[in-house]
Amino acid sequence: MENPYIPYPVRIDEIKTETEDKSLKTFKFVFLNPEDEEKFSYRAGQFAELSIPGIGEIPIGIASSPTEKGFVKFTIFKTGKVTSYLHSMKEGDIMGIRGPLGNWYPWETLEGKNVVIIGGGFAFTTLRSSIIYMLDPENRQKFKDIHVIYGARSPGMLLYKDELESWAARDDLNMHITVDSCDDPEWTHHTGFVPTVTEQEGPAGTEDTYAIVCGPPIMIKFTQPVLDKLGYSEDRIIMSLENRMKCGIGMCGRCNIGKEFVCKDGPVFTLQQLNQTPKEY
Amino acid sequence: MKVIRIDKNDWAEGIEKIRKTYSLIGPVKEKFYHIFANLGSGQMPDMEFTNSRISPKYIIYPQSEIILKCSMNAEEEDYKIYREPEDKEYKEKAVLGIRPCDADSLPVVMRNFDTDEYKDPYWLRAFETTTLVGLACDAPCPSCFCTSAGSGPYNHKNLDVMLIDNKDHYLAEIITEKGEKLAEAAGWQDKAEGIADEIAKRKSDAESKIESNVHTDNLAKQPLLDLYEATSIWEKAAFACINCGTCTYVCPTCWCFDIQDEVYGREGFRIRNWDSCMYPLFTLHASAHNPRGTKLARLRQRFMHKLKYYVDKYENGIQCTGCGRCVRLCPVNIDIRRICNMMNSYDPETCTCEATVS
Ligand SMILES: Cc1cc2nc3c(=O)[nH]c(=O)nc-3n(C[C@H](O)[C@H](O)[C@H](O)COP(=O)(O)OP(=O)(O)OC[C@H]3O[C@@H](n4cnc5c(N)ncnc54)[C@H](O)[C@@H]3O)c2cc1C
Ligand code: SF4
Ligand code: SF4
Ligand code: FES
Repeated sequence: MENPYIPYPVRIDEIKTETEDKSLKTFKFVFLNPEDEEKFSYRAGQFAELSIPGIGEIPIGIASSPTEKGFVKFTIFKTGKVTSYLHSMKEGDIMGIRGPLGNWYPWETLEGKNVVIIGGGFAFTTLRSSIIYMLDPENRQKFKDIHVIYGARSPGMLLYKDELESWAARDDLNMHITVDSCDDPEWTHHTGFVPTVTEQEGPAGTEDTYAIVCGPPIMIKFTQPVLDKLGYSEDRIIMSLENRMKCGIGMCGRCNIGKEFVCKDGPVFTLQQLNQTPKEY
Repeated sequence: MKVIRIDKNDWAEGIEKIRKTYSLIGPVKEKFYHIFANLGSGQMPDMEFTNSRISPKYIIYPQSEIILKCSMNAEEEDYKIYREPEDKEYKEKAVLGIRPCDADSLPVVMRNFDTDEYKDPYWLRAFETTTLVGLACDAPCPSCFCTSAGSGPYNHKNLDVMLIDNKDHYLAEIITEKGEKLAEAAGWQDKAEGIADEIAKRKSDAESKIESNVHTDNLAKQPLLDLYEATSIWEKAAFACINCGTCTYVCPTCWCFDIQDEVYGREGFRIRNWDSCMYPLFTLHASAHNPRGTKLARLRQRFMHKLKYYVDKYENGIQCTGCGRCVRLCPVNIDIRRICNMMNSYDPETCTCEATVS
């Protein structure tokens, strides 16, 4: 019987501070036992439990892409007990990861379709995974037009800045970066909130266009009517939820929305599915 | 089915014999109430009891259990590498006197811990190494409603042996192989013949003493969101609830848990503890947002889970065996029978339901 509670031991290989306020850091982990990397085979959109022995375990979306080999990456916002401890850890430290957990973005459905990715704040992590996955030379031709709309409070709060710029320079991806406000005259991207930029730049919600939306509740709330207006039906709006979690395997009972467990049946749901469940997220 | 006659004069001797193979657990009186406890050498189960106040679920699923362990000493090889504790033992154990309703809670809970994708090794190993010697109920409480909740005072479906108290002797139905093994170890082999009719009569007598019931026939058909939004049910019920969590704590079919890490000396422990959907911390996000931030939402979660989500998810009845503990022990008299019947009869058109316990 495989014990689903035992994490794979990993070593912190690299820590990168992402934002000017230092509240977000990206951790790159390497598996202590190389065979564990194979067992941890994941799809873009899944999450894992990061385990710090003696401190606790937290669910975090996987920010690396399955096409990136030899490591896994997570970007973590410092907020409470476990995340604060993690922010104080150093390269070379040993900890654990357990997973991959949950479902993923519906890659089979998305093949042959236009994909628009809409992200805000630090919920951009599994979206990074998705973008890297789609842009992989093996995969790019499987998708039609790709749009990315990503916003943060200020330029200094954007995640993965170097990658954002390199994506913006490509011609097989439409990149729309925005910040709430900015007084830097050198700033060449948008200013304004994500819903507004979506309204201006988002592609029409035709039959073969799907939107993946991840962000703070307020962004989601105001983006939804915009997507409505652009013609996206509920089954073509895909979202990823974050409820408080412990077990991550559908047993501890806390993360449910109705009879669905966010950890096991989600975290990815279509808006259509969410409209049929209690709004307990 | 094989039925054995155990003379009460031979009972103690049989118990002594099975001690060699099994660790024994049974009802003992602690101050005013019975609990299920380990029986020390020479200690006999007190079979003159109605039922324990707290359900015996902790025999399989301890209230607090170390699930992983590691060294916190940088010199050692398993420094910060969590493993299953190697001192975890799963010795054969026998539970004497467990009531049918509590045994019937085990398959209800097992659906949560034994799934296609994941198996909880701790729950399953404890379950597999446990032999259940049940005691049929002849004097159910007024708050019991097992017969309408998939169980019954003589329900032997989930027992290995069922004892029926018959004055100077027990009649013991040997139900499973595990039960057969235990009876053999005890040296109980005095076959009782021609008593099938008598047992059937005892059973129907006991069943007729169950005074209350729940109606569940309509629950699966009720639209989930209609019940969820039935504020006429939830507002009234939640008004008095103090979110104490007693109902979930005593319930044999409540399984929710929390996981916490602790360090003691130079060892790290990951520990699983019972938790309750009645507590705000259960769902509180780090951002301070709480999807079930009101007591109405929490009370609704408990009843919706037991009487609707579970029903829809497993298509195997309600997540309740009618033991009546939460009814007896709720400090403000919130009654699952009443709520179940309201949910079953709820009419979303008129927002009404029959609010009676029948
Ligand atoms: C599927 C999923 C993906 C996530 N992805 C990311 C990510 O990529 N980056 C990131 O920074 N954060 C992410 N989060 C949120 C992150 O899990 C919480 O911020 C984190 O658990 C807070 O832990 P803490 O110990 O620092 O906070 P405390 O408030 O001290 O929390 C104590 C415990 O409560 C639980 N908990 C508290 N808040 C949350 C929450 N919002 N979600 C889940 N469990 C919680 C955890 O078990 C935690 O150990 C994700 C959450 C989920 C469910
Ligand atoms: S026992 Fe009663 S008061 Fe306490 S949480 Fe349960 S329903 Fe509420
Ligand atoms: S919900 Fe109440 S009556 Fe039903 S099994 Fe739990 S404690 Fe017993
Ligand atoms: S986190 Fe335990 S059930 Fe989802």
